[in-house]
Amino acid sequence: MSQRQQSQRLRIAVIEKDRERAHQVVDALSDAGDYEVSVIGDETGLARRLSSLDPDLVLIDVVNPSRDVLEELALASGPLERPVAMFVERTDDRLTAQAIEAGMSAYVVDGLHKDRIKPVLDAAIARFNMVSRMRRELEATKAALAERKTVDRAKGLLMAARGISEEEAYALLRRTAMDQGRKIGDVAAALVTAADLLK
Amino acid sequence: MIPVEAGFIPLVDAAPLIIAREMGFAEEEGIDLRLHRQPSWSVMRDRLAVGHLQAAHMLAPVPVAMSMGLGGLAVPLDATMLLSVNGTVIGVSPRLADAMRAHGVSNDFMAARLVGESLIAVVTETLRVGVPFPFSMHAELLYYWLGSLGLRAPEGLEVRTIPPPLMADAMATGEIDAFCVGEPWGSIAVERGVAELILPGCAIWRFAPEKVLAMARAMIERDPDLTRRLMRACWRSGRWLSDAAHHMTTAEILSRPGYLDVAPEIVERSLSGRLMISRGGEERQAPRFIEFHGGAAQFPWRSQALWIATRLAARTGLDRGDAAGVARDCFRADLFRSNLGPVGADMPGASEKLEGALPSETPVASSTGRLFLGPDSFFDGRIFDPADH
Repeated sequence: MSQRQQSQRLRIAVIEKDRERAHQVVDALSDAGDYEVSVIGDETGLARRLSSLDPDLVLIDVVNPSRDVLEELALASGPLERPVAMFVERTDDRLTAQAIEAGMSAYVVDGLHKDRIKPVLDAAIARFNMVSRMRRELEATKAALAERKTVDRAKGLLMAARGISEEEAYALLRRTAMDQGRKIGDVAAALVTAADLLK
Repeated sequence: MIPVEAGFIPLVDAAPLIIAREMGFAEEEGIDLRLHRQPSWSVMRDRLAVGHLQAAHMLAPVPVAMSMGLGGLAVPLDATMLLSVNGTVIGVSPRLADAMRAHGVSNDFMAARLVGESLIAVVTETLRVGVPFPFSMHAELLYYWLGSLGLRAPEGLEVRTIPPPLMADAMATGEIDAFCVGEPWGSIAVERGVAELILPGCAIWRFAPEKVLAMARAMIERDPDLTRRLMRACWRSGRWLSDAAHHMTTAEILSRPGYLDVAPEIVERSLSGRLMISRGGEERQAPRFIEFHGGAAQFPWRSQALWIATRLAARTGLDRGDAAGVARDCFRADLFRSNLGPVGADMPGASEKLEGALPSETPVASSTGRLFLGPDSFFDGRIFDPADH
């Protein structure tokens, strides 16, 4: 274990393209303790950049495909010389599951004491949780909007084809969905697709 | 219906899982196979290890590397069966391709030696090659091929990890000179005009284990029934995929936005083994470019695991004997026999074989007596004997 790891501030590298999100993670980390945090926004030549930064800990969003590049670090200078492992190997399973659930990956240079990693991870996990909740909410809103548009189109098609009112068209969609054990959105989508095919 | 959460990476060789769901093979086994597209191999491996996923489409070397303590969590993962054999392509920048043509490269798509020699002859600096993951057949094939011809890491060769969907970008920015990647990503680089294909992976090793159905060993022990159902569904799916009459349907299904999200015409190229190697429209045919079923392609040969382990051990400085021991255990030929024998899978008489000893299709002893293996040769004619390890 190097001297630095025992005596100096932890060096943390955060890999994040989105500047806003990078700021948030950096803020959360500086609230949690006194760390030296670097942000890598451009992932070109990632492995080389990381080796010149020589961080103790690397944080990266799970959805980032460049996560696989970090695996190279495990082999960069031979696993026996300077092992790099995912943090979870050195900590507990619950923390691992929490981090992955939150959508975060962290790599820690082997030999770093668990007590020094935990506060960093706790802070990062909390922040990642918030970000991924916001992302989920946004996706749910988008999906709901898209579904409403489809239902509106299906209603329009029914009104035109059968000469019924909007209310009757909606009732027909709902009844069909109930009869077939499907969602209104699915029935509407099927109708819209079929209508497009028949054009 | 038993729910099963399974992960895949958007690649043509994810087909056995996708088809198992879409053509009803999973449903026949009473499982609701829920497929989750994953952003990277390491994330999928970790999700498998912590139990968020029960099964995954996985690079064959990953379970071996993990049991050797290379990368990731110290959780044993097993290869219950192979999902595919071969299916990778090697491409170079148009600049290198021009230089190779000027040097007089062979027109034979399967001529690994001639193509390799011509590539080495035109390379002036360290050749930078992108592969999807450090523990992958792509990396192993490259090291084997170029190493055997005299181009070795780190002096002459630098192998870099680039996620497949970013491979064409890395070629465009000049971060790499060449790549070895699974389809459709090689063809996409061709379409974008940033690469020409020079060799299929199967020209280096005619029968290279590519993807496996990976599960955590603890999961297999906890739920042998679910394991059996899933393996059967994937086995039937692979058998269905091996029928050329199903290529069009397969290409249509894989191309959907939730799966690969690329044009069916591009997916179809690798299924038929007819690849467009340059934007000019030049075509090449590779025999058994990707194999899902024939020649006992789904059988997890312990000798394949041993080959991977000895290569990884040699490169990382780990003990070969230790590596061989743990590798043998993670390719589950035992499970394959007990779970798939009853549904009619033809079982080879042994679970290890000489790798590279069959230059052509050869009948072998099997449960039904109708099994043909091979060809499985290495381009340099070497034979790997598992008994030596």
